[in-house]
Amino acid sequence: MAKSEKNKQNFKSPYRLLISGFLLLVVLLAVIFYFYDKAEATLFDTSNNDIEYVDIEEDIDKIENGIHVRTGFIEAVGMQQVINNCTNCHSAKLVTQNRMSKEGWTATIRWMQKTQNLWDLGENEGVIVDYLAKNYGPIKKGRREGLKDIEWYPLK
Amino acid sequence: MKRRNFVGKVALGAMSGIIGTEIVFGSSMPLEYKPLALQDNDPYKMFAKDKEMVVLNDKPWNIEAKAHLLDDRITPNKSMFIRNNGLIPENIDAQNWTLTIDGESVKQNKTYTLAELKTKFKKYTYQLTLECGGNGRNEFDPPAKGNQWTVGAVSCANWTGIRLKDLLEDVGIKQDAVYIGYHAQDLHLTRDPNKEPISRGVPMKKALMDETILAFQMNGKDIPLAHGYPLRLVAGGWPASVSGKWINRISIRNKEHDGEKMTGSSYRVPKNPVAPGEEVKDSEMAIIESMPVKSLITYPKSGALLESGITLKIRGHAWAGELEVSKVMYSIDFGATWNSCSLEKPINRLAWQHFSAGIQFPKKGYYEVWAKAIDSNGEAQPMLVPGWNPKGYLNNACHRIAVKVV
Repeated sequence: MAKSEKNKQNFKSPYRLLISGFLLLVVLLAVIFYFYDKAEATLFDTSNNDIEYVDIEEDIDKIENGIHVRTGFIEAVGMQQVINNCTNCHSAKLVTQNRMSKEGWTATIRWMQKTQNLWDLGENEGVIVDYLAKNYGPIKKGRREGLKDIEWYPLK
Repeated sequence: MKRRNFVGKVALGAMSGIIGTEIVFGSSMPLEYKPLALQDNDPYKMFAKDKEMVVLNDKPWNIEAKAHLLDDRITPNKSMFIRNNGLIPENIDAQNWTLTIDGESVKQNKTYTLAELKTKFKKYTYQLTLECGGNGRNEFDPPAKGNQWTVGAVSCANWTGIRLKDLLEDVGIKQDAVYIGYHAQDLHLTRDPNKEPISRGVPMKKALMDETILAFQMNGKDIPLAHGYPLRLVAGGWPASVSGKWINRISIRNKEHDGEKMTGSSYRVPKNPVAPGEEVKDSEMAIIESMPVKSLITYPKSGALLESGITLKIRGHAWAGELEVSKVMYSIDFGATWNSCSLEKPINRLAWQHFSAGIQFPKKGYYEVWAKAIDSNGEAQPMLVPGWNPKGYLNNACHRIAVKVV
């Protein structure tokens, strides 16, 4: 009996340590979570760096509803080549606000190569032009479009 | 909790997303600190613009107003469009700023300090309409390449400076002078120092007009950086691209200026009308000079719900390049009938004119109020998008707003 009690004690001691350690961790996590917005960044030791790093990487390539968040490009085959070759000198917005046919985009590339220091796109050119013409092709507007997206408000 | 919106892990990720690279040591960055690249990225703060302004392009910066933001009689900075071909100069040293006049047709090159320009010559203030040649480009079909301006690339601020003709008289120009061309301190997008983003100009006739000035003030203060601090050429009524910003040199040419964006299809339209989408040779294109007649309804904002029986008061501005606007009319039945607006005289030549009218609607329902200005030569704004041209310039189609009588 005494022996088994002792065994129990021996068994209990590390078990208890484990439980209190776990509880401590829970409390610590809760405290960190609670004070997260007030906490100084320096509070986090190097072990957190990895997490931050992953966040940043994910954000650069984040796609939401088929749109590449950082640039606004439509996600499709060729997007990465467009990002790599077309957003060094000018904003992606200069691309996404335009609408051109395959011939139009090709002519624009030639103009940039002739006057704007754009490099030879090599085999990427076909992929890039296809992407642009497919996702940013002309839209028929006719001689005058109707008013769109009217936001109604009561006029005082 | 608010601070977390800015500095949480997600924000850090977003920051690096905007900057386009990983923020090294990002996790130990002080919470309140915003990286420099990001500080530079809020155009509304950086340029002191109204939150409703629309950023068309952030490299280079191109920002336009909406019609209702242009309601002021004199356009304040907060609603003035920004158009750039290149990068805004980074280190402006106004203390040591100089302007050099050179070219084939000057008697001798001459350089002035900014202080000399300000003290040696008589100062003038004019309210001048500056409209981007590509304002309205977004309506062309087939679409034209470039920033897709809607209606907001126009402004009419007060500009204070000296007459270019007074300065050129002081320099001495030869009889064979044909054109002036400006040079400025902005950077090419590629940062190639051998490339100028833009170097345009005007024929001597326009250069020597009273209202063509070298301005150092806008609306009574130093010109904001994005609009040309510390020295801007202002030539109202012509495409705003001739009103060069950050000017440090003006060449007096014995031929049409051939600087960047003067040749090819830039700021040019076909000499003869072409079918939409037609290819036009460069030799068949002509430089745009005076801008066409145009108007904008700046009040109310489109989308007004109006109680039945109430008179709707509309107002706005009209301008006509080198000419004056002689009449502004409005229609609520898509042009079947037109009524006159009251129209003010311009405060000076090349300033926009203010119009207003009171409209009574016959019954409840959906209406569009269309405004049409007519210039002193009898030319009116078209209701449809005018002649197609390869670069989508000069769309002066009537502006209209939606109104519902309820």
